[in-house]
Amino acid sequence: MTQFLSLLLNGISLGAIYALIALGFVVIFKASEVVSFTHGSLLLLGAYSIARLSEPLGFYLAVVVGVAITAFAAFLIERLIINRLRGAPVISLAIVTIGVDIILLTELIRRIGSDILNVPHPWGGGSVRIGDVGISENRLIATLVAGVLIALFFLAFKFSNWGVAMRASAEDGETAALMGIRLGRVSVLAWVIAGVLAGVAALFLVGSPTPGVSPTAYSVALRAFPAAILGGLDSTGGALVGGLLIGLAESFAAGYQDQLLFLGRGFGDVVPYIVMIAVLLFRPSGLFGTRELTRV
Amino acid sequence: MSESTATAARGATRSTGRTAAGPRRSLLRPLLLAVVLLVALALPLYVEEFWLRTGFAVCGAVVGAIGLNLLVGTTGQLSLAHAFFLAVGAVTYVFVSGESGGLGLADLSGLAWPPVVGMIAGVLLAGLAGLLFSPIAARLRGIYLGVASLGLVFIGQHVLNSWTQVTGGFNGRSAPEFSLFGFTFGNTDPDLYVLEVPFREAERLWYLGLVLALGAYLFARNLLRSRPGRALQTLRDSEVAASVMGVNVQRYKARVFLVSSMYAGLAGVMYALSIGSIAPESFGLEVSILYLAMIVLGGLGSVGGAVLGALFVSALPLVFQRYADVVPLVGGSGEGGLAPGEAARFLFGLAIILVILFQPAGLAGLADRFRRRGRDPGGGRPTSASAAATSSSTTAVPSDPPAQGSTS
Repeated sequence: MTQFLSLLLNGISLGAIYALIALGFVVIFKASEVVSFTHGSLLLLGAYSIARLSEPLGFYLAVVVGVAITAFAAFLIERLIINRLRGAPVISLAIVTIGVDIILLTELIRRIGSDILNVPHPWGGGSVRIGDVGISENRLIATLVAGVLIALFFLAFKFSNWGVAMRASAEDGETAALMGIRLGRVSVLAWVIAGVLAGVAALFLVGSPTPGVSPTAYSVALRAFPAAILGGLDSTGGALVGGLLIGLAESFAAGYQDQLLFLGRGFGDVVPYIVMIAVLLFRPSGLFGTRELTRV
Repeated sequence: MSESTATAARGATRSTGRTAAGPRRSLLRPLLLAVVLLVALALPLYVEEFWLRTGFAVCGAVVGAIGLNLLVGTTGQLSLAHAFFLAVGAVTYVFVSGESGGLGLADLSGLAWPPVVGMIAGVLLAGLAGLLFSPIAARLRGIYLGVASLGLVFIGQHVLNSWTQVTGGFNGRSAPEFSLFGFTFGNTDPDLYVLEVPFREAERLWYLGLVLALGAYLFARNLLRSRPGRALQTLRDSEVAASVMGVNVQRYKARVFLVSSMYAGLAGVMYALSIGSIAPESFGLEVSILYLAMIVLGGLGSVGGAVLGALFVSALPLVFQRYADVVPLVGGSGEGGLAPGEAARFLFGLAIILVILFQPAGLAGLADRFRRRGRDPGGGRPTSASAAATSSSTTAVPSDPPAQGSTS
């Protein structure tokens, strides 16, 4: 029972981080119809910048600058590439982000090399006990921060001018443009927000129980893809649910590894994808995604 | 390339005014093809082993790229699962034709059947895997499919790593030599000399690769010109229009997935032959992405483009590696210079972005443009949207076919 509770708690905290990343995917998709394959390397960029800058700048400033760098990279990608391809087929847009991803990832891996960079979180690697259940401090803080950020995001999405503009342009881009909404601005803001979310997620993703910044962070970030797809690519709420589901599934699969040994070691790493494929089999647009209807 | 539907349509509408241009082109093209083929056949007599080995690897990539292009370029189904199907083909070949026996700690099993059987089994099993995935694939649209297929790659990695008995696990296992009715594609047995040039493994494999790649090319080109090929292109342009015209959307999507994964299976077998062994890391997400790079650079939907793209993407890192001290900016893996693999990857990434931004029809489109420039002033400019247009633009261009390198 204790194990179950602890896995549950860890799953939720991991899911919160996934939800942050997945939310970024969804926001970008809603605003600019782009499925951003750059997200993994953006995340790695954030983690790398924080790790490298925390020596000269101190931890908190490094976090701010690192997140800003990530957001700025997202901004550049939108301005220089995506913005010029407005109206291009979804597949071309996805492929172009793969191109960006190749470049960014190659450079980052080259810089990181084979060492594991350490991010000196002030909360260290300690863990907290709640009753019988233990969870690493890093993950606990991650859950709280993610909760606050997600709440802020949903409030902004619902009430702020940007949120309204974005929902309108996602609903019907042409009409929104005719009503005076600047689609370009909506899109670039979405990218920046996604960049910030990815940067924050990176901060917690490389803390304990993960050893530090290494290229594996990239594949962890990729697991937020199933989260976004699972919930439905155009549903912000879906990203949240998807993130939590994936986090829980992964945590349980890793925790009960011994019972699942016949499926091979490290099964937890693939569980997100299996869950995603299983869900897509029954709901091709994800749990909360709008079904595409075709009228003739 | 020149017989793309667009060109054909263009030619048809204007043929009255330009009867002279028609026959000249139809003569030039086979001639060019014959020359290329002749050079390819004579190559082993002149060049060294490195180029032949690279050539065989390129042939494998060509087969795989043509297959992926049928799926992504022609039908507009984004798939990142190509590496998975490659793996299925390669593993099947190694398992079916490999010997049982212990290798270090691992206890490998194999059927030790003739390599031809292994190759065919590899292709069929990869096709079967594609067929099994196609119920999902056929229901998913565009981008959902892309991400779902991403999952297959990771699941494949997991299986490769854990099913040690068959795949050799983390360390992989070696691939058996290919042989055809007693003729081995190895260094000896029988010893072979042509014009006093010893024909060893590299030379023999080069011819094998040439035959397989040519077969794959012809099959795909003919497929695209046939009724199913037209159906697939219609499917890409508009699923609604396709189904209205009597194309069974689900069934065609499933079939193209089958064909594409069979291509991948063959490419996987050829990969195993060219490297001589398989390991999980050879079938990661990066491979899928490289294949995507090939067809984007070559030109989505164009078979000839896929060949060009495969040539470029798969040969470049090898060439960089060999001539690391000559190529500027590329150093050894040490300080300062870029490692060859890295340099190549930077180049691919940049090339993908530039192609999508400025030349959506890829290398094939570029070739098309040059060819048309002389005859057809102002007509060579392709329309902007990429060939993978599942574009929702319902603007008023009804009957005109999209001018991108559609077929061949």
